Amino acid sequence: MTSSPLLDATGVAKNYGAVAALRNASLSVLPGEVHALMGANGAGKSTLVKILTGAVPADSGSILIRGQSHDIRSPAQARRAGLVSVYQEPALIPDLDVASNLRLTRTPLEPFRQWVRELGVPDLDIYATARDIPLAIQRVLDLARALAIEPDVLLLDEMTAALPADLAEKVLDVVRRQSKAGRSVIFISHRFLEIAALCDRATVLRDGETVGVVDIEPGVEERIVELMLGAKMEKARAAALPSGDAVPSGSQARLGLRNLRVGTRLQDVSFDLHNGEVLGVVALEGQGQDQLFGALSGSIRPSGGTIEVDGRPVEFAHPADAVREGIAYVPGDRAEALLMQQSVQHNIALPFSASLRNWGPIDMRKERQLVGSAIERLQIDTRAQREVQRLSGGNQQKVTIARWIAADARTILCFDPTRGIDVRTKKEIYRLLRELAEQGKSVLFYTSELEEVQFVCDRAVVIFGGRVVDIFPASVADEATLTRASYGLPRDEKRDIAPTGGEASGQVNAT
Amino acid sequence: MSLGATSTTAPVPLRRRIKRFMSDRPLVPLLILLVLLVLVLQILRPGIINERWIANTIKFAIPLALLAGCQTMTMLTGGIDLSVGTVATMSAFIMATQVINHDPAVAILICMIPAVLIGLANGIGVGVFRVHPLIMTLGTSLIGIGCLQVYQRTVIATGTKVPDFLGWLGTGLTYGVPNALLLFLPVAALIIFTLRRTGFGRLLYAVGDNEKAARLSGVVYWKVIIALYIISSVLAGIVGLLYVGLIKAPSLSLVEPLVLPSVAAAVIGGTSIFGGRGGYTGTILGALILTVLTTLLTVLQMPEGARRILFGLIILLVTAAYLRIIEDR
Repeated sequence: MTSSPLLDATGVAKNYGAVAALRNASLSVLPGEVHALMGANGAGKSTLVKILTGAVPADSGSILIRGQSHDIRSPAQARRAGLVSVYQEPALIPDLDVASNLRLTRTPLEPFRQWVRELGVPDLDIYATARDIPLAIQRVLDLARALAIEPDVLLLDEMTAALPADLAEKVLDVVRRQSKAGRSVIFISHRFLEIAALCDRATVLRDGETVGVVDIEPGVEERIVELMLGAKMEKARAAALPSGDAVPSGSQARLGLRNLRVGTRLQDVSFDLHNGEVLGVVALEGQGQDQLFGALSGSIRPSGGTIEVDGRPVEFAHPADAVREGIAYVPGDRAEALLMQQSVQHNIALPFSASLRNWGPIDMRKERQLVGSAIERLQIDTRAQREVQRLSGGNQQKVTIARWIAADARTILCFDPTRGIDVRTKKEIYRLLRELAEQGKSVLFYTSELEEVQFVCDRAVVIFGGRVVDIFPASVADEATLTRASYGLPRDEKRDIAPTGGEASGQVNAT
Repeated sequence: MSLGATSTTAPVPLRRRIKRFMSDRPLVPLLILLVLLVLVLQILRPGIINERWIANTIKFAIPLALLAGCQTMTMLTGGIDLSVGTVATMSAFIMATQVINHDPAVAILICMIPAVLIGLANGIGVGVFRVHPLIMTLGTSLIGIGCLQVYQRTVIATGTKVPDFLGWLGTGLTYGVPNALLLFLPVAALIIFTLRRTGFGRLLYAVGDNEKAARLSGVVYWKVIIALYIISSVLAGIVGLLYVGLIKAPSLSLVEPLVLPSVAAAVIGGTSIFGGRGGYTGTILGALILTVLTTLLTVLQMPEGARRILFGLIILLVTAAYLRIIEDR
């Protein structure tokens, strides 16, 4: 590999307001190479992709394609420079037929048809409306459309995530052929198996910086996880533990999941949530956690398996059914949970009015009491209580939880409740969740910040690709362990069950 | 990240303080506007403002305010009820024809049946099938009027009559005070109480503010919506009876002219058509403002066309200005 790089991005930085999404990212792709781009949630992967494809402008840095500097300001310019991407979400306009979609991007028809056939879809009707085409096929069409323009660099973002095995295999084949033809592919995936089978090298991002470029060889996944975690690897295990890892055994599980399935995103998930427990849920983005919480809160119908409440199988057709069982869902997006134009009191009291028999006059004294004690317990700043939208983010988040404390819900499903709020409020929320558990309530707690698991949880269940990878007691659930597991890597460091086998750790070309 | 927790103790500029004040008390600018309109009227026609004029204004504002109550409640959920005109007309017309062969109490019961049915249909359409309220209520409104025309043929020989007590209620004065207040005050109090102090009222705001959040809290949308549209229809039916007592001439387009003003009254009164925001007190003031405005334009003795143009313009201006005043961003 002595030839000059086909794509060479160096020193790329991007700030969103005061937040630095990318500090100093670099990515160098050789001709004929399949190059993996890796990084934990929030490492800056998607920002780098957006910059490369012209969706957002970089603040600084240079991007060379075939040694020439390119000022990429739009996806069209990126295409002209020879860089085409296929995103995670289908890109066909749903109300147009395939042929019209192709015309929009000036895609030559014959090569497109040929690629579609090679990707394993022999009988495509190009006059079918995109909306009527199954999702997996739409993704294949996206890929074929990109290939038909014969790009120098093809960028695939989680391309195989929504594909059935046979189609995914075809996609991997085509990617390999691209590289044989001297073209390059940037491959973004959470699946080490695919990366090991396909990629030549990997660039690892952490906190907006490129922290390493490694050759893909047996056992390299250890090295990649280390790079993704950085210094966190060493400081792990030092954190103070909550009440230990004793799982209340023998006691009736408050919430039991038996082979729960939701569409294609969640497969055969089984675990128990006990009374008096905070159970952490850890997963990379889009591994089925949304579907899990949706099914448990009655927002989505499961397509298989059972949910048991106190040992009784239940079926939730509406969130009201879950609420009646004492199961409350606090969504990650506050805008989804709050009545922004209403007062703090209305927001907290909302669940009380929900059932038909409470439609009558409200006992204002009792309501003020309940709401007041919930406000006090969560220390909500009520100076701007007339409209929730005037509260700070942290206080808004507290209101979403206070509602269910006032309603005395027995189980609270918290989806990333500490995202984007200040440190002090975060700590208050940790403390609150622990208190709830001590009172015998149960909490299911999805978090994208892995260090929180040891602050708050008794156990943590890790989900990857819609399946439970492992369940850890908090005492061993440090960031390194959880990160490894969230990429589907096995728990022990015994190399014989690692997906690629072997033992040597990857050679590193540090940048 | 602790941006959200910081508080500002710096002095707030006066403009901002006034906006805050108005935003917290949205009724104040409406009251000011009402007083201004009355003053302008008094200046244009000195001496017009007397006891009789006030009683008359209230008499005509009441049916509008009640009909605007329907709009207020439905608009709080992000909806609208354009069928109120038809429903009110139907109940008035059916009562006026049935009362000839039946006891007034029975006639009133009969005339409420179509009101309930149309409300139920609206509720099912909007709440279950998620038809846009504008289309749904417009549709049932047309169907209702069609049915009423058919009904009219079957009773063509019967003739119509307005019972005395409705006339008394609609037009009568006791010691100079309109009798219609006997109906209006309790109904208005009930609406205000429902919106402020009952679980149902809370849900109207909740559903209009953020249906998804309400759903996650266990609120079942269609139940709220069906109940709401039935209540709205029944109230419209009652308005029909009051209005026919005021006008004393039942026809097939009796209450129709009040439909759009009823929407305007609610909007001027500060209820957001996007839902979640507003209240009935503002609507009452809105209805009074519209009624006074109508008198004002009549007094100006402009041609009908110019009057309408002015009426529409003023409504647009007032609404836009009012939203700017009370919106606190």
